[in-house]
Amino acid sequence: MGIFSQFVAKIKGQSTADPQDWQELEAELLGADLGPTLTFEIIRSAKSIKGDDAIASLTQILNSHLSAKPRDLIMSNDVTVVMVVGVNGTGKTTSVAKLAAYLKSSGNSVVLAAADTFRAAAVDQLQTWGKRVGVDVIAGKEGAEPASVAFDAATRTKELNSDYLIIDTAGRLHNKSDLMAELEKVKRVVEKTLAVSEVLLVIDATTGQNGIAQAKIFAEAVEVTGLIITKLDGSARGGVALAIESALDIPIKFIGTGEGDTDFALFEPSSYLSGLISD
Amino acid sequence: MFDSLSSKLTGAFTSLRSRGKITSSDIDATCSDIRAALLESDVALTVVEAFIEAIRAKSLAALPTLQSGTNQAQVIFEIVNTELIEILGGAGRRVRFAKNPPTVIMLAGLQGAGKTTLAGKLAKFYADQGNTPLLVASDLQRPNAVTQLQVVGESVGVPVFAPEPGNGVGNPMKVAEQSLAYAKTKLYNMVIVDTAGRLGVDTELMQQVIDIRNVVKPDEILFVVDAMMGQDAVRTAKAFQDGVGFDGVVLTKLDGDARGGAALSIAKLTGKPIMFSSNGEKLTDFDIFYPERMASRILGLGDVATLAEQAKKAFDGEATAKLEEKFARGDDFTLADFLEQLEAMSKMGSMSKLLGMLPGAGAMKKQIENFDESEIVRTKSIVQSMTPLEREDPKVLNGSRRARIALGAGRKVQDVNSLVDKFTAAQKIMRQMRKGAGMPPAMAQGMGIPAGMGAAIGGHQHGGQKGQQLAKKKSKSGNPAKRAAQEKG
Ligand SMILES: Nc1nc2c(ncn2[C@@H]2O[C@H](COP(=O)(O)OP(=O)(O)OP(=O)(O)O)[C@@H](O)[C@H]2O)c(=O)[nH]1
Ligand SMILES: [Mg+2]
Repeated sequence: MGIFSQFVAKIKGQSTADPQDWQELEAELLGADLGPTLTFEIIRSAKSIKGDDAIASLTQILNSHLSAKPRDLIMSNDVTVVMVVGVNGTGKTTSVAKLAAYLKSSGNSVVLAAADTFRAAAVDQLQTWGKRVGVDVIAGKEGAEPASVAFDAATRTKELNSDYLIIDTAGRLHNKSDLMAELEKVKRVVEKTLAVSEVLLVIDATTGQNGIAQAKIFAEAVEVTGLIITKLDGSARGGVALAIESALDIPIKFIGTGEGDTDFALFEPSSYLSGLISD
Repeated sequence: MFDSLSSKLTGAFTSLRSRGKITSSDIDATCSDIRAALLESDVALTVVEAFIEAIRAKSLAALPTLQSGTNQAQVIFEIVNTELIEILGGAGRRVRFAKNPPTVIMLAGLQGAGKTTLAGKLAKFYADQGNTPLLVASDLQRPNAVTQLQVVGESVGVPVFAPEPGNGVGNPMKVAEQSLAYAKTKLYNMVIVDTAGRLGVDTELMQQVIDIRNVVKPDEILFVVDAMMGQDAVRTAKAFQDGVGFDGVVLTKLDGDARGGAALSIAKLTGKPIMFSSNGEKLTDFDIFYPERMASRILGLGDVATLAEQAKKAFDGEATAKLEEKFARGDDFTLADFLEQLEAMSKMGSMSKLLGMLPGAGAMKKQIENFDESEIVRTKSIVQSMTPLEREDPKVLNGSRRARIALGAGRKVQDVNSLVDKFTAAQKIMRQMRKGAGMPPAMAQGMGIPAGMGAAIGGHQHGGQKGQQLAKKKSKSGNPAKRAAQEKG
């Protein structure tokens, strides 16, 4: 029996949970990267739980920190444009490919835009993925401006009338204002042709509390509409995403669980929450 | 959230100071604040608990000597800082060169940690010192990792050994093995092996990197870890230590604003020295690791040294020299200088990050969060609408001049007023700075920094550290499906 269910058993009915049990629960939540603020808040609420409904109450406490916003991809009547953003190395390019494969498998036509014109071989990487999953990749000339690549891609997918355009962007740290301005520009320029329906922020499950700052600043710059949590196949549990949902009301939409194009799934709140606490 | 750590700590020390006499319950309260602060910085829970116990014991031991005087908080702060530096700086050392070249350095770490970029940086760092490194493309997994290394190698002028195309084709162990023979015949004195990213829980890929290790017998295995990493740093570091093993740690993405508590967790847990820091996307953004800087960063007390360095980079040499000259002559700091500085600062990146690096920035949280980058643009337009005389001496700015400037800049008179006020404040600070060195004490105090903390941040290096074994925790997958399978099995 996991710590969580053991714990629940103890606070059921006549609570026999002792300080040690509370400490264990706290350690689980902290160890999952929920961060001290959210953890202490959850423990505080949990301490008021009494009676037989402990499981329901605890689940409800955790659930209350999830965003109530829909988790499906927001669709557009025109080409649905999805921008994928995030700090360096979180898994953006891989997620772009996975999302493309996912959408393609349900019969959609998908085009990718290689708007990371900065990192060495980033365009080649996306092109390799495009071939693998069988979708077209629009890329600019070497050293092209990311906004102009994205603009061309938008114009061409509009002509092609594809179902989706997914834009891969360069990794950037949120505290670099020039790079954030560049990202804003990419979005602005695309929106001359097509509305950007989704801006998905990719958060690496191993990320600690800095994930909150990432989400906050990316959201300010480009109105992030959802999160992709990657690398959940590792030992990290990705709890900072719950802290982000709780603090900023941005819903997690997809999870990445490996390096292959099918290691990707819609976010499922209940298994995520139980993953946070059952060790 | 932005700076709760630093405000918590400054809060803790301020309330201690106001008490006069410190009791053991004050120490308990401070310890619990420090605990929360370290957790917010992503130091792993087990490490935090051990750390807090050490601080508590040392502080209690120091209690008798703390009874008088006003600097008790300072003493406790010193204990905290010293302990941190000791853990972070333990056994600091440089790369060991092989007696018979080539010296082999192998990189290992999670996916996306920054290994390939780091390989390029290391190559440049050692080439600049007169070595002849060879980069080896043994990441044959991630799409176009080989191409990436080739581009990186080309831009630092270091050859890349890449006999296999990658993208799943080729045997990374063979590539590594062949690279040694190649390096020997071509007389490269150093070989830097880039490997694919892998998870700590992936036993198959861990075996692969062990196989590579066994054929190249590296002089140094460097574990590359993202400074943004959270609590999982301990599980992952342990998995790599028990798996392939490593001799040193490199922290990457330190140009971000993560507190980097993972560094403390890993140093404490593995007892391995953190040797380098990687802090930018340019291949020159690389440095040896400074434990004192990291300590104040983890404590949220700002990283003054890094700030100063970045400032030096951003302010172009000429402008800085001009300013220094003016200062030396005893000329006053003018609006024109102010504008020049604002422009340089905007080059340095986000203002909030900059201010966040200042010690005690927590106390200025509001201003920092409300800082509007477009203010620089506005300020510029206002200053540009001034006559040279007005720029030199804002005292001449009467109502009609201000109205004219506002009109010229397309702004309100209030905007002009507020700029002049801010400038006057900055000018005052600059005058104070000229008198004393560094940050004026009034400013430091205004920020809520315990007196003398500046000296503590400047720091000193401590040697010697025992790697402490922490409770082993079994790694399990965060993937619900895999986890279920693991639990069954
Ligand atoms: N195990 C695992 N690895 C992943 C996952 N998603 C991505 N990766 C790996 O993480 C590494 C970085 O992925 P990329 O997609 O290149 O990341 P990125 O965000 O595009 O990186 P930059 O463009 O350099 O900022 C690669 O080795 C990927 O294979 C995941 O869900 N699980
Ligand atoms: Mg990418």
